[in-house]
Amino acid sequence: MISRFGFLASGEGASPVIPKPAEIIVGFIAFGILFFLLRTRAVPKFEKAYKDRTEAIQGGLERAEIAQREASQALTMYQAQLADARGEAAKLRDEARVEGAAILEQMRTSAQEEASRITTAARASIDAERQQAYNALISQVGAIATDLASKIVGEALDDQARQSRVVERFLEDMEKAK
Amino acid sequence: MHTFLREANNGFVPPSSADFDFAPIFGNSILFTKPVLMVFLSVVIAATFFIASSRKAAIVPSKLQYAGESIYTFIRNELGRDVIGPEFMRFVPFLFSLFVFILVNNVFGVIPLLQFPTMSHIGFPIGVTIFSYVCYHYVAIKKHGLGKYLKDICFMPGIPKPVYLILTPVELLTYLVTRPLTLSMRLFANMFAGHLLLLVFVLGGEYLLMSGILLKFLSIFSFGLAIGLSFFELGIQCLQAYIFTLLTALYIAGALADEH
Repeated sequence: MISRFGFLASGEGASPVIPKPAEIIVGFIAFGILFFLLRTRAVPKFEKAYKDRTEAIQGGLERAEIAQREASQALTMYQAQLADARGEAAKLRDEARVEGAAILEQMRTSAQEEASRITTAARASIDAERQQAYNALISQVGAIATDLASKIVGEALDDQARQSRVVERFLEDMEKAK
Repeated sequence: MHTFLREANNGFVPPSSADFDFAPIFGNSILFTKPVLMVFLSVVIAATFFIASSRKAAIVPSKLQYAGESIYTFIRNELGRDVIGPEFMRFVPFLFSLFVFILVNNVFGVIPLLQFPTMSHIGFPIGVTIFSYVCYHYVAIKKHGLGKYLKDICFMPGIPKPVYLILTPVELLTYLVTRPLTLSMRLFANMFAGHLLLLVFVLGGEYLLMSGILLKFLSIFSFGLAIGLSFFELGIQCLQAYIFTLLTALYIAGALADEH
């Protein structure tokens, strides 16, 4: 038996390059069926798996990005609040200082007023007392002088000893009279 | 059937194209020959495997899904995205089916018991080539219109006028005849030759085994070579499935391109 590779079909073993129509049709139909099945059942699922996977990865990244953005926003906000608070504190401190100064000033003024008032009152009362003392003295001096003069006149005023005795006695009397 | 012939002849009969003919398994219908049944079996196997492996479409794939997905991803990215470009997604199901169908039918050649590459019957490659042929012409006509497409094929722009005398027939022949012819012929011839080569060593080994003591010993080498070549064939079977799909992708890419 000789191999037949000729293009012409001969006898029982037809040339292998001459297609059998039935096999073309079978090949065509079989491939068509497989194509349909894979196209409708397998490929969409594989693509879905791809898509889900991409989304899972990308979604994670996006979520992380959003979280980071939120965190930096919060940071900015807190920093702003902190700056506000600092400004507020400084303002309060300034206000307190001003107020303190004002209070101090007010107190000093009122203290001075009080002091001058007390001084004035004291001076007035001293004046009054002195006036009173003066008045009392005036009235008493007159009487005393009169008294002393009468004594001097009553006694003999010839010698020094006597004179001084008279004066001393007068003063002693005055002491006693008190 | 080969064995019977040889025993009758009482001498070594080299394998021939007659070894590729199968009688119907039952009845007289050509639909019940071994190759035809194997083609349908390949559809069942491929469809079952890929539908089962893609069914869950989980983000974290199981081993089965991973296996199916690796093949799909390979075709989708290497042959679809990288060859065709931005519009590739439309053609991925086709390229994927093409690769899978040819691959399974080729690999049948080294699967024990089946041991016959169905694509070594030229009718099957032709049946598949019709799809590719119609596909790339259809895509081009839809994209550029029939007139412009024919004009682009016949008169490649940017070439001196006298050259068209030679170039136009060559281009027409390429697009309309050579491409589909080589596409199916390449696949068929590779599978045919590969299977014939295996037959030579297997049948030779068998013949030696039936002969004298010394020749019985030599049959070991013949069988050993057949086994080694089977692995070599497996490589060629995968490669041919890849080449067929790659060329189809290239033709589609050419059809989509603005300039031919």
